[in-house]
Amino acid sequence: MNNLTILIPVALGLGGLGLGAFLWSLSSGQYDDLDGAAYRILNDDDDNGPAPG
Amino acid sequence: MTCCAGPIVADCARENISAARYALLDEMKANARTLSDGSVNYSLSVPQIHCGNCITTIERGLGKLPGVKAVRANLSLRRVSVTLESMARSPLMIADGLDDLGYPAQPLSREEADAGDPELKMLIRAMAVAGFAFANVMLLSVSVWNGAENATRDLFHFVSALIAIPAVVYGGLPFFRSALSALKRRRMNMDVPISLGVSLATAMSLYESFQGGRHAYFDAATSLLFFLLIGRTLDHLMRSRARAAADRLARLSAKGGFVVGAAGETSYLPLAALQPGMIIRVAAGERFPVDGTVVEGESDVDRALVTGESDPQHLGRGTGVEAGTLNLTGSIDIRATRAAGDSFLAEVTRMMAAAERGRGTYERLADRMARLYSPVVHILALTSFLGWMIYTGGGWHQSLTVAVAVLIITCPCALGLAVPVAHVVASGRLFAAGILMKDGSALERMATVTDAVFDKTGTLTTGEPRVRHCAIPAGELSGIAKALASRSIHPAARALAAFIAVPAAINLQKLHEVPGHGVEADYNGRTVRLGRISWVQEIAAAGKNDEILSGVAFAVAGGPVYVTTLSEQVRPGARAMVASLEAQGLGLSVLSGDAEAQVASLARSIGIDHYEAGLKPGEKLARLKSMAEDGARALMVGDGLNDAPALAAAHVSMAPASASDIGRTAADFVFTRESLASVSFAHHAALATSRIVKQNFALAIIYNIFAVPLAMAGQLNPLIAAIAMSTSSIIVVGNSLRLYRLEMNETAAEDQASTRGMAPGRAAA
Repeated sequence: MNNLTILIPVALGLGGLGLGAFLWSLSSGQYDDLDGAAYRILNDDDDNGPAPG
Repeated sequence: MTCCAGPIVADCARENISAARYALLDEMKANARTLSDGSVNYSLSVPQIHCGNCITTIERGLGKLPGVKAVRANLSLRRVSVTLESMARSPLMIADGLDDLGYPAQPLSREEADAGDPELKMLIRAMAVAGFAFANVMLLSVSVWNGAENATRDLFHFVSALIAIPAVVYGGLPFFRSALSALKRRRMNMDVPISLGVSLATAMSLYESFQGGRHAYFDAATSLLFFLLIGRTLDHLMRSRARAAADRLARLSAKGGFVVGAAGETSYLPLAALQPGMIIRVAAGERFPVDGTVVEGESDVDRALVTGESDPQHLGRGTGVEAGTLNLTGSIDIRATRAAGDSFLAEVTRMMAAAERGRGTYERLADRMARLYSPVVHILALTSFLGWMIYTGGGWHQSLTVAVAVLIITCPCALGLAVPVAHVVASGRLFAAGILMKDGSALERMATVTDAVFDKTGTLTTGEPRVRHCAIPAGELSGIAKALASRSIHPAARALAAFIAVPAAINLQKLHEVPGHGVEADYNGRTVRLGRISWVQEIAAAGKNDEILSGVAFAVAGGPVYVTTLSEQVRPGARAMVASLEAQGLGLSVLSGDAEAQVASLARSIGIDHYEAGLKPGEKLARLKSMAEDGARALMVGDGLNDAPALAAAHVSMAPASASDIGRTAADFVFTRESLASVSFAHHAALATSRIVKQNFALAIIYNIFAVPLAMAGQLNPLIAAIAMSTSSIIVVGNSLRLYRLEMNETAAEDQASTRGMAPGRAAA
């Protein structure tokens, strides 16, 4: 019973972390160009994330 | 239109802004977004982007242009977004820059360009939250099913409640809202049983948890929400936002005109103040504000809006012009014959708006299903409740439990996924084949067509003329002709310039274009002309030759006239498409704004028997309407401005990516490849999708036939519910995924290989 009081919050916390990370990546436009992202990693230019707008 | 007098002229054509360029500029300006710091963002559709190299080429190439702040190429959407420093910079520079890099661009409408769809973001967030809750509650439920007892079980139930309740409230909002608004209007929709099922399941489980009961349905409530939200999100992706092609047509209208007074002075009057009888001066590059008759001057006029033909027509005194057509080369005066409100353009716009309103009446398959399904579900749940009340003699707790179980098990997860998943998969497959779909219901409509109607120029043909027979002898004369042809932006001259292999002569003097006639120059002291036959004959030695009426003539003063005949290039895959559609039992016809002879020979050459020529936009629309009245459901394939009302009015419509912006907006499908195999493939895919959707419905119903009696008998527990619901949803999704394997037929593949320059990297995919 005691270990549950630790493990359940830990499990939920990790899950929540994943949820938060997904929502953040969604709002920062990381899913706007999935095909392009695969190629951009091969570019030598500096590239600091999607352009605004 | 004169730019340089020197002998080298090939590059000068760029200075001449063609009608298409004007249209592009108009469109880009209208769709620009001004950012807070004064810079302006333009979005362009660039169908040729197909690899990582394209991204680099475009971003570096455009980034070097003056005034460009930021460039972003999007490979998935095949778009380029460019931010310019200020409004003062001409956006045409971007389009020219892209052309130079080898990526011709088309403007994107504002609605298309706006990536931010708040409702979609809201649905995805709700889906993420529901997914999180579903996964965690399911973990706890598995522990309960594995034999957690007493205090541990109660703890698990309470933790589940803690996760599930906020998730149900947040994730359920879209359903609750829609159900409430339906109930307010005293109507039923699918969201009523969903809302009832999810909220009752949560409330009952909470009660059970406090009572220390064995069964809690938190996992069922959250998994239901999760699956339903997936279906709802996909469905939202497949729903087109209201398209307003009619508004764009209205934008072609001039805002006013210069009225010529009695003493020859001009004054600017707004559109509404222009009256019949007034003399209006229209400069080159402007659109006619009202219908009228030419009283002074002559010019080439782009009448694509009326005829769909890209070739400019030469108009002189006494000929009629329509509002919205574009005056290309010379300033002319017209006498207004009708007020702006009654003009040709206003009429076409009205027809278009009416056609778009009419389209909204189509009821989608999923909605028709929902109307039948929800009353059945409510009756089943109520019957079970009443049945158990009688059976147990007033045992409301058990009766309610059974009723809730019925609501949970009948929750239309698989049903909600049946249509959108199939549509999304089909749309992905079509996209890979170069066909963009605007709306999921277009697939449903496409699957039921009985007739296919085609426009000619730009749809069955590529719209670019090709030299059929060139009479000019090779050598010196060809060189002169090539130099003259390079000077003009007329499509026929372009085709001729491309056809002649010898290098262009460079020792030409006084090279200039004569509006409406052709190109003239001095060659070793003798006049040379290339252009309209009657005009070229003026300087030629031979007498009038009336036999050949069409083509491009060339002559040196005192010499014979050489006439080059041109023919339109039929799009690849036309015959295969005709054969394939006919095999499906579709009635095919060609409706064109072009002259009878051209339409007849083209229709015959690709095997379409029925054709009508010389149709105005309104007449095309009338033909489609009369077909609809006869019970036919027509697929309209067209590209021109003159096809737009017909595209909007047809049961379902398709346009090539080279179509006018308005045509592309009005159409349900846009195909980016040159080959017409796209048309038959879209039809084939629609039939396959409709088959898959029907299978999905059957699967969902079979599942209910097994699960509902179990629930009504009170034999359902959370474990069985979870397994049954997930399995049915997975089966439906798996069945839909089979659509990815659709193949385009082989003739289509051959055509594709012979089409040059169209996304070579994708052809293999």
